[in-house]
Amino acid sequence: MTNKASLKTFLARKELGIFGLLVLLCLMTSAQNPNFLRPENLQNMARLTGIYGIFSLGLAFVVITGGIDLSVGSVFALLGVALAMLLERGTPPVMAVLITVGLGAAIGVLHGILVTKVKLQPFLVTLCGLLVYRGIARTVANDETKGFGMAKGFEWLPPIANSNTLGIPNTFWLLMLVAAILWVVLHRSVFGRHLIAVGRSEDAARYAGINANSVIMKAYIICGVLTGVASILLAFFTNTVGPATHGNSYELYGIAAAVLGGCSLRGGEGSVVGVVLGATLLRVLQNLVTLLHIPSSLEFAVTGAVIMAGVLTDEILRRRRKA
Amino acid sequence: MSGISKRYPGVVALNNVSLSVMPGEVVALLGENGAGKSTMMKILGGVVQPDSGTVTIGGTPAKPASPADAGKLGIAFVHQELSVLDNLDVAGNINLGREPRKFGMLDVPAMHAIASKATKRVGLDVHPTTPLSNLPIAHRQLIEIARALAQDAKILILDEPTSSLTPTETATLLDLIRELKSQGVAVVYITHRLGEVTAVADRAVVLRDGNNAGELAKAELTHDRMVAAMVGRKIAGDTSYVPLTPGEVVLDVKDLTTLRHPAGKATFTLRAGEIVGMAGLVGAGRTELAEALFGITPAVTGTISLSGKPLAITSAQTAIANRLYLVPEDRRHHGLVVSLSIRENISLPDLANMQTAGLVNRAQENRITQERANALTVKAPSVEMAAANLSGGNQQKVVLARWLALSPKVMIFDEPTRGIDVGAKDEIYRLIRALAAENVAVLVISSDMEEVLRISDRVLVLRNGEVTGSIPRSDATEESILRLAVHHD
Repeated sequence: MTNKASLKTFLARKELGIFGLLVLLCLMTSAQNPNFLRPENLQNMARLTGIYGIFSLGLAFVVITGGIDLSVGSVFALLGVALAMLLERGTPPVMAVLITVGLGAAIGVLHGILVTKVKLQPFLVTLCGLLVYRGIARTVANDETKGFGMAKGFEWLPPIANSNTLGIPNTFWLLMLVAAILWVVLHRSVFGRHLIAVGRSEDAARYAGINANSVIMKAYIICGVLTGVASILLAFFTNTVGPATHGNSYELYGIAAAVLGGCSLRGGEGSVVGVVLGATLLRVLQNLVTLLHIPSSLEFAVTGAVIMAGVLTDEILRRRRKA
Repeated sequence: MSGISKRYPGVVALNNVSLSVMPGEVVALLGENGAGKSTMMKILGGVVQPDSGTVTIGGTPAKPASPADAGKLGIAFVHQELSVLDNLDVAGNINLGREPRKFGMLDVPAMHAIASKATKRVGLDVHPTTPLSNLPIAHRQLIEIARALAQDAKILILDEPTSSLTPTETATLLDLIRELKSQGVAVVYITHRLGEVTAVADRAVVLRDGNNAGELAKAELTHDRMVAAMVGRKIAGDTSYVPLTPGEVVLDVKDLTTLRHPAGKATFTLRAGEIVGMAGLVGAGRTELAEALFGITPAVTGTISLSGKPLAITSAQTAIANRLYLVPEDRRHHGLVVSLSIRENISLPDLANMQTAGLVNRAQENRITQERANALTVKAPSVEMAAANLSGGNQQKVVLARWLALSPKVMIFDEPTRGIDVGAKDEIYRLIRALAAENVAVLVISSDMEEVLRISDRVLVLRNGEVTGSIPRSDATEESILRLAVHHD
């Protein structure tokens, strides 16, 4: 392979546009405010990136099937409340964690059944989920904010979300682990290939003898499990879970990260590295708004504008590649 | 149109091509796939703009800048792929984009009048309020033509209009073209069915690799002359047929019914090493039968036995596990995932054999898929090329390559050469024949009578989901098949 060819394949990578954007924003912010590069700031960003990245990856798998999950934020509230109440009642911490993740998986199974067997549209299924889980969370918690207090009896749990190992937040390590596994699953495994095929053309996949329903079901389960994992991290990160607001609109951050990372909402396309970069970009953006003293009322507008810029860059690169 | 050139990145689609049509003349535009026919017509239809060259209509230079613009110039374009909307009714489709208005609202009575008139002209008896989703594909094609007629076009472009029509409907369409001709409409007719050219065209313009490759006058419109002009070489006629001795019964279907034809019971057998053609009118249930056998939409009732053992085929996985494969009619949506590469398409059903611990073994996948693509001479610079960029013939070879390596016992082909050019058709026929020679039981569903007669050892005729006859090759003629295919009530 010549140098030119290898450069071209590198340029053709979906992640390049977003990577460039991320570097640009980091350079810009650190030039304006040197605090950006302070270890505490980087650690704080990395901690949240870990949490966001994990559920964004789960969502990305659903997006690759051509589906969507709008319920993630409400699931955070429901599982956060569940975790707090389980621990409050003295459930063994390992058990409480397993039940929480299991509940996430069960929600994934439920969505999967409604989408593949009942043939409802993913948008509708998870929109109803968004409403229903939030309602259940508030009812179960009696609309009271739940918390972990001093974590008596499970002192080792909160540090998973809040401490560092070798100077890097545990949540970020966890994201790296999850991303590595999912990278292999998506880009190297038979299931990953089936996922891409089903996402792009469910019919063609069925004619090739692929059990499309089972592939889609697995994607929703992966999403459910990762949402469960992220919900535990988020709950310990915030340390309190207000059932009415906890996790509000997080699904949109996840979808944004997935799309920024090269997942097409039409399905059949996606990159694990891209989604991780997408989640990172969203955190950097939020940090940037604070550090550059942009009025916080503008935060959403800035986020929206940058996501649009990212998607446009990707589209321009794509057209250049085609020409 | 004269001196038309059009370049796409990497290819010269048209190189200084000229074409003229007189009022009241039917000109057939011939050429293999990729010869530039469609690009030429897209330029006339305003879909794309030429790099150089001029279009002159009635003596005035014209530059159709968009399909709407072309419409205003009196050019109507009936596309090969259906461009009707199945969420609208007949009237909505025929008037689409030119809806008559009254006080800014849709003038429904006027729409219905226009639609009724147009459908009558194409010989279709449907009510203007019939939802398009209730019509069979062939009728949708006729609606598409009716839509073009409703514009009072001076120039009518028909791109493969008969590919999904039955012989009767085709005859109606050809009559209609003759009538339009007598009304002074200029018609450009693109088709792979050379019999239709002989029947209706006054002249043929042949394109080859984006260049003019000659013209044929009416007297020269014979099958052999046209084929020779298109391919630039003589294609050997069907002299290759060697009867094979079929072996034991492999597939035994009894009283099979499908959702579409709950009353039509199909009973037939396929033997090893035998090519059985399946003819029938559009809507006879041939594709449904194929999909029932392959488990896409399982059969409602009836039994299927494979090598003597009854088998409940409830999904494509069951069919594939029993080495019964389908090459579906719709290559682009069912046969392939066109955005994936040749390699990924070939390996898709066989990944289980190219994996270690759930991970795809890329080295093995590369080697095997490359071998399979080479064996069928898929023409592409590399197996990494997206299937979308292949010609129809090469796409079909990719679908075939996928199954051939999985040692088929039964192969079902649904319209195996639809939209495939003459040269590639011969190759597909050779491959089908080679399969039978290796003792595979082959079922070929086709609406192309020439094809059925050419490759079948035996012809089954389906009508309303029921097998109405099995004709040995020696007795199979267009007439004997049609007699069993049409309704007598």
